[in-house]
Amino acid sequence: MSEPLRGVIVSHSGLAQALASAVSTITGVAGALVPVSNDGCDNDALGERLRQAVAEQPAVLFVDLPGGSCLTNSIRYAKQHADIAVVTGVNLAMLLDFVFHREITPAEAARRAADAGGKAIRVTAA
Amino acid sequence: MSIALYRIDDRLIHGQVVVGWGQPLDCTFIVLVDDEVRGSDWEQDLYRMGVPPHIEIIFASVSEAAERLPAWEADTRVGIVLVPDIDTATALVGQTDRIKKLNVGGIHHRTGRTERLRFVYLSEDERAKLRQLAAKGVDVTAQDVPTARPVPLAEFA
Repeated sequence: MSEPLRGVIVSHSGLAQALASAVSTITGVAGALVPVSNDGCDNDALGERLRQAVAEQPAVLFVDLPGGSCLTNSIRYAKQHADIAVVTGVNLAMLLDFVFHREITPAEAARRAADAGGKAIRVTAA
Repeated sequence: MSIALYRIDDRLIHGQVVVGWGQPLDCTFIVLVDDEVRGSDWEQDLYRMGVPPHIEIIFASVSEAAERLPAWEADTRVGIVLVPDIDTATALVGQTDRIKKLNVGGIHHRTGRTERLRFVYLSEDERAKLRQLAAKGVDVTAQDVPTARPVPLAEFA
Protein backbone atom coordinates (compact mmCIF):
# COMPACT_ATOMS: atom_id res chain seq x y z
CA MET A 1 0.00 0.00 0.00
CA SER A 2 1.59 3.25 -1.13
CA GLU A 3 0.02 5.64 1.34
CA PRO A 4 -1.14 5.06 4.92
CA LEU A 5 -4.87 4.69 5.40
CA ARG A 6 -6.95 7.72 6.12
CA GLY A 7 -9.36 7.73 9.03
CA VAL A 8 -12.54 9.79 8.78
CA ILE A 9 -14.49 10.39 11.98
CA VAL A 10 -18.20 10.94 11.28
CA SER A 11 -20.22 12.30 14.16
CA HIS A 12 -22.99 14.44 15.48
CA SER A 13 -22.10 17.98 16.47
CA GLY A 14 -18.43 18.64 17.38
CA LEU A 15 -17.50 15.18 18.60
CA ALA A 16 -15.44 14.26 15.51
CA GLN A 17 -13.36 17.42 15.72
CA ALA A 18 -12.77 16.89 19.44
CA LEU A 19 -11.68 13.27 18.96
CA ALA A 20 -9.30 14.17 16.14
CA SER A 21 -7.82 16.92 18.26
CA ALA A 22 -7.38 14.60 21.25
CA VAL A 23 -5.61 11.97 19.13
CA SER A 24 -3.27 14.58 17.70
CA THR A 25 -2.50 15.93 21.17
CA ILE A 26 -1.78 12.51 22.61
CA THR A 27 0.20 11.01 19.71
CA GLY A 28 1.67 13.96 17.91
CA VAL A 29 0.42 12.38 14.66
CA ALA A 30 -1.25 15.00 12.51
CA GLY A 31 -3.30 14.50 9.40
CA ALA A 32 -4.23 10.86 9.93
CA LEU A 33 -7.81 11.66 10.92
CA VAL A 34 -10.31 13.91 9.20
CA PRO A 35 -13.37 15.01 11.21
CA VAL A 36 -16.81 15.25 9.60
CA SER A 37 -19.83 16.63 11.44
CA ASN A 38 -23.39 16.13 10.28
CA ASP A 39 -24.34 19.59 11.58
CA GLY A 40 -26.70 21.36 9.21
CA CYS A 41 -26.61 18.55 6.64
CA ASP A 42 -29.29 16.68 4.82
CA ASN A 43 -28.25 13.32 3.38
CA ASP A 44 -26.85 14.77 0.16
CA ALA A 45 -24.78 17.38 1.97
CA LEU A 46 -23.34 14.84 4.39
CA GLY A 47 -22.48 12.58 1.46
CA GLU A 48 -20.58 15.46 -0.10
CA ARG A 49 -18.68 16.14 3.13
CA LEU A 50 -17.71 12.47 3.22
CA ARG A 51 -16.54 12.56 -0.38
CA GLN A 52 -14.31 15.53 0.33
CA ALA A 53 -12.93 14.00 3.52
CA VAL A 54 -12.09 10.65 1.93
CA ALA A 55 -10.51 12.37 -1.07
CA GLU A 56 -10.54 9.18 -3.16
CA GLN A 57 -8.17 7.35 -0.83
CA PRO A 58 -8.61 4.01 0.95
CA ALA A 59 -10.16 4.89 4.29
CA VAL A 60 -11.88 3.74 7.43
CA LEU A 61 -14.98 5.69 8.45
CA PHE A 62 -15.33 5.84 12.23
CA VAL A 63 -18.98 6.56 13.04
CA ASP A 64 -20.26 7.65 16.44
CA LEU A 65 -23.48 5.63 16.74
CA PRO A 66 -24.62 2.29 15.32
CA GLY A 67 -27.57 4.09 13.75
CA GLY A 68 -28.69 7.46 12.51
CA SER A 69 -27.68 9.71 9.66
CA CYS A 70 -23.93 9.41 10.25
CA LEU A 71 -24.12 5.65 9.87
CA THR A 72 -26.61 5.47 7.03
CA ASN A 73 -24.66 7.98 4.96
CA SER A 74 -21.33 6.30 5.72
CA ILE A 75 -22.65 2.92 4.62
CA ARG A 76 -24.23 4.47 1.54
CA TYR A 77 -20.86 5.99 0.68
CA ALA A 78 -18.97 2.74 1.33
CA LYS A 79 -21.35 0.80 -0.93
CA GLN A 80 -20.59 3.16 -3.77
CA HIS A 81 -16.80 3.31 -3.37
CA ALA A 82 -14.05 0.71 -3.16
CA ASP A 83 -11.59 0.41 -0.27
CA ILE A 84 -13.84 1.94 2.37
CA ALA A 85 -14.66 0.23 5.68
CA VAL A 86 -17.05 1.43 8.37
CA VAL A 87 -16.77 1.03 12.15
CA THR A 88 -19.39 2.24 14.62
CA GLY A 89 -19.08 3.28 18.26
CA VAL A 90 -15.94 5.34 17.74
CA ASN A 91 -13.90 5.98 20.85
CA LEU A 92 -10.53 7.48 21.63
CA ALA A 93 -8.86 4.13 22.26
CA MET A 94 -9.67 2.77 18.81
CA LEU A 95 -8.42 5.93 17.14
CA LEU A 96 -5.17 5.90 19.08
CA ASP A 97 -4.56 2.34 17.92
CA PHE A 98 -5.58 3.15 14.35
CA VAL A 99 -3.15 6.00 13.75
CA PHE A 100 -0.22 3.66 14.41
CA HIS A 101 -1.58 0.81 12.25
CA ARG A 102 -2.45 2.24 8.88
CA GLU A 103 -0.36 0.08 6.55
CA ILE A 104 -3.08 -2.54 6.20
CA THR A 105 -6.30 -2.84 4.26
CA PRO A 106 -9.36 -0.85 5.33
CA ALA A 107 -11.20 -4.03 6.31
CA GLU A 108 -8.28 -5.22 8.46
CA ALA A 109 -7.92 -1.79 10.03
CA ALA A 110 -11.62 -1.66 10.81
CA ARG A 111 -11.55 -5.04 12.56
CA ARG A 112 -8.45 -4.07 14.49
CA ALA A 113 -9.96 -0.76 15.56
CA ALA A 114 -13.19 -2.37 16.69
CA ASP A 115 -11.19 -4.82 18.78
CA ALA A 116 -9.06 -2.07 20.36
CA GLY A 117 -12.08 0.10 21.05
CA GLY A 118 -14.03 -2.73 22.62
CA LYS A 119 -11.17 -3.73 24.90
CA ALA A 120 -11.04 -0.20 26.27
CA ILE A 121 -14.55 -0.42 27.68
CA ARG A 122 -14.33 -1.78 31.19
CA VAL A 123 -15.91 -1.46 34.57
CA THR A 124 -13.07 -0.72 36.95
CA ALA A 125 -12.79 -1.61 40.59
CA ALA A 126 -13.69 1.22 42.96
CA MET B 1 -53.87 8.30 19.36
CA SER B 2 -51.11 5.90 18.46
CA ILE B 3 -49.45 8.10 15.84
CA ALA B 4 -47.82 10.56 18.21
CA LEU B 5 -45.92 12.55 15.61
CA TYR B 6 -46.17 13.37 11.91
CA ARG B 7 -42.78 14.80 10.97
CA ILE B 8 -40.97 16.23 7.96
CA ASP B 9 -37.28 15.44 8.27
CA ASP B 10 -34.89 15.21 5.34
CA ARG B 11 -32.59 12.87 7.29
CA LEU B 12 -35.51 10.53 7.89
CA ILE B 13 -34.45 8.04 10.57
CA HIS B 14 -31.67 9.52 12.68
CA GLY B 15 -30.71 10.26 16.27
CA GLN B 16 -33.18 13.08 16.94
CA VAL B 17 -36.05 10.89 15.77
CA VAL B 18 -35.08 7.58 17.34
CA VAL B 19 -33.65 8.90 20.60
CA GLY B 20 -34.82 12.51 20.94
CA TRP B 21 -38.47 11.80 20.17
CA GLY B 22 -38.61 8.03 20.30
CA GLN B 23 -37.61 7.63 23.92
CA PRO B 24 -39.93 10.16 25.59
CA LEU B 25 -42.82 9.06 23.40
CA ASP B 26 -42.04 5.40 24.07
CA CYS B 27 -42.29 4.88 20.34
CA THR B 28 -42.13 1.30 19.08
CA PHE B 29 -42.86 1.76 15.39
CA ILE B 30 -41.79 4.24 12.75
CA VAL B 31 -43.49 4.60 9.39
CA LEU B 32 -41.14 5.92 6.73
CA VAL B 33 -43.18 7.34 3.87
CA ASP B 34 -40.99 7.77 0.82
CA ASP B 35 -41.73 6.38 -2.65
CA GLU B 36 -38.03 6.09 -3.46
CA VAL B 37 -37.05 4.23 -0.30
CA ARG B 38 -40.14 2.02 -0.64
CA GLY B 39 -38.74 0.79 -3.93
CA SER B 40 -35.19 0.11 -2.76
CA ASP B 41 -34.37 -2.97 -0.68
CA TRP B 42 -30.90 -1.82 0.19
CA GLU B 43 -32.02 1.64 1.29
CA GLN B 44 -34.52 -0.10 3.56
CA ASP B 45 -31.75 -2.31 4.98
CA LEU B 46 -29.75 0.84 5.64
CA TYR B 47 -32.54 2.47 7.64
CA ARG B 48 -33.23 -0.74 9.58
CA MET B 49 -29.67 -0.51 10.90
CA GLY B 50 -30.53 2.86 12.39
CA VAL B 51 -33.04 1.70 14.96
CA PRO B 52 -32.88 -0.48 18.05
CA PRO B 53 -34.49 -3.91 17.80
CA HIS B 54 -37.60 -2.98 19.78
CA ILE B 55 -38.65 -0.44 17.13
CA GLU B 56 -40.36 -1.74 14.00
CA ILE B 57 -39.86 0.19 10.77
CA ILE B 58 -42.63 0.16 8.19
CA PHE B 59 -41.79 1.39 4.69
CA ALA B 60 -44.66 2.83 2.70
CA SER B 61 -45.34 4.74 -0.48
CA VAL B 62 -47.56 7.81 -0.19
CA SER B 63 -50.60 5.94 -1.44
CA GLU B 64 -49.94 2.97 0.85
CA ALA B 65 -49.56 5.31 3.81
CA ALA B 66 -52.82 7.10 3.07
CA GLU B 67 -54.60 3.75 2.93
CA ARG B 68 -53.04 2.31 6.07
CA LEU B 69 -53.15 5.39 8.32
CA PRO B 70 -56.41 4.34 10.03
CA ALA B 71 -54.84 1.01 11.00
CA TRP B 72 -51.71 2.66 12.34
CA GLU B 73 -53.79 5.13 14.31
CA ALA B 74 -55.73 2.25 15.83
CA ASP B 75 -52.52 0.44 16.77
CA THR B 76 -52.09 0.10 20.53
CA ARG B 77 -48.40 0.94 20.17
CA VAL B 78 -47.04 4.48 19.78
CA GLY B 79 -45.71 5.37 16.34
CA ILE B 80 -44.04 8.17 14.38
CA VAL B 81 -44.75 8.92 10.70
CA LEU B 82 -41.82 10.41 8.81
CA VAL B 83 -41.74 12.06 5.39
CA PRO B 84 -38.59 13.43 3.74
CA ASP B 85 -39.89 16.70 2.34
CA ILE B 86 -42.75 19.13 1.97
CA ASP B 87 -43.83 17.67 -1.37
CA THR B 88 -44.34 14.25 0.20
CA ALA B 89 -46.23 15.79 3.11
CA THR B 90 -48.42 17.69 0.68
CA ALA B 91 -49.10 14.54 -1.34
CA LEU B 92 -50.01 12.61 1.78
CA VAL B 93 -52.33 15.31 3.10
CA GLY B 94 -53.90 15.36 -0.35
CA GLN B 95 -54.86 11.70 -0.02
CA THR B 96 -56.09 11.62 3.56
CA ASP B 97 -57.76 14.00 5.95
CA ARG B 98 -56.40 12.30 9.05
CA ILE B 99 -53.31 14.47 9.52
CA LYS B 100 -54.19 17.34 11.84
CA LYS B 101 -50.71 18.28 13.11
CA LEU B 102 -47.43 18.35 11.25
CA ASN B 103 -44.00 18.78 12.79
CA VAL B 104 -41.28 20.36 10.65
CA GLY B 105 -38.23 18.71 12.17
CA GLY B 106 -35.42 19.27 9.72
CA ILE B 107 -35.16 20.79 6.25
CA HIS B 108 -31.57 21.68 5.60
CA HIS B 109 -29.77 24.13 3.37
CA ARG B 110 -29.86 23.71 -0.40
CA THR B 111 -29.49 26.11 -3.27
CA GLY B 112 -32.61 28.25 -3.52
CA ARG B 113 -33.52 27.94 0.16
CA THR B 114 -33.05 30.58 2.81
CA GLU B 115 -32.66 30.07 6.55
CA ARG B 116 -35.95 30.40 8.43
CA LEU B 117 -34.80 28.65 11.60
CA ARG B 118 -31.52 26.97 12.55
CA PHE B 119 -32.90 23.65 11.31
CA VAL B 120 -35.37 24.86 8.68
CA TYR B 121 -34.39 26.27 5.29
CA LEU B 122 -37.16 26.93 2.77
CA SER B 123 -37.59 28.07 -0.80
CA GLU B 124 -40.45 30.44 -1.62
CA ASP B 125 -42.32 27.54 -3.19
CA GLU B 126 -41.89 25.46 -0.03
CA ARG B 127 -43.10 28.33 2.16
CA ALA B 128 -46.21 28.60 0.01
CA LYS B 129 -46.84 24.85 0.24
CA LEU B 130 -46.60 24.91 4.03
CA ARG B 131 -49.08 27.77 4.16
CA GLN B 132 -51.38 25.77 1.88
CA LEU B 133 -51.22 22.86 4.30
CA ALA B 134 -52.16 25.20 7.13
CA ALA B 135 -55.05 26.55 5.04
CA LYS B 136 -56.34 22.98 4.80
CA GLY B 137 -56.52 22.85 8.59
CA VAL B 138 -53.18 21.22 9.40
CA ASP B 139 -51.47 22.73 12.45
CA VAL B 140 -47.89 23.16 11.19
CA THR B 141 -45.13 23.88 13.69
CA ALA B 142 -41.34 23.58 13.65
CA GLN B 143 -39.60 21.75 16.48
CA ASP B 144 -36.41 19.72 16.19
CA VAL B 145 -36.51 18.04 19.62
CA PRO B 146 -39.29 17.63 22.20
CA THR B 147 -37.64 19.96 24.71
CA ALA B 148 -37.67 22.86 22.23
CA ARG B 149 -40.54 25.30 21.76
CA PRO B 150 -42.88 24.42 18.89
CA VAL B 151 -42.50 27.39 16.56
CA PRO B 152 -45.82 28.39 14.91
CA LEU B 153 -45.87 28.48 11.10
CA ALA B 154 -46.36 32.24 11.06
CA GLU B 155 -42.94 32.68 12.66
CA PHE B 156 -40.96 30.75 10.05
CA ALA B 157 -42.96 30.69 6.81
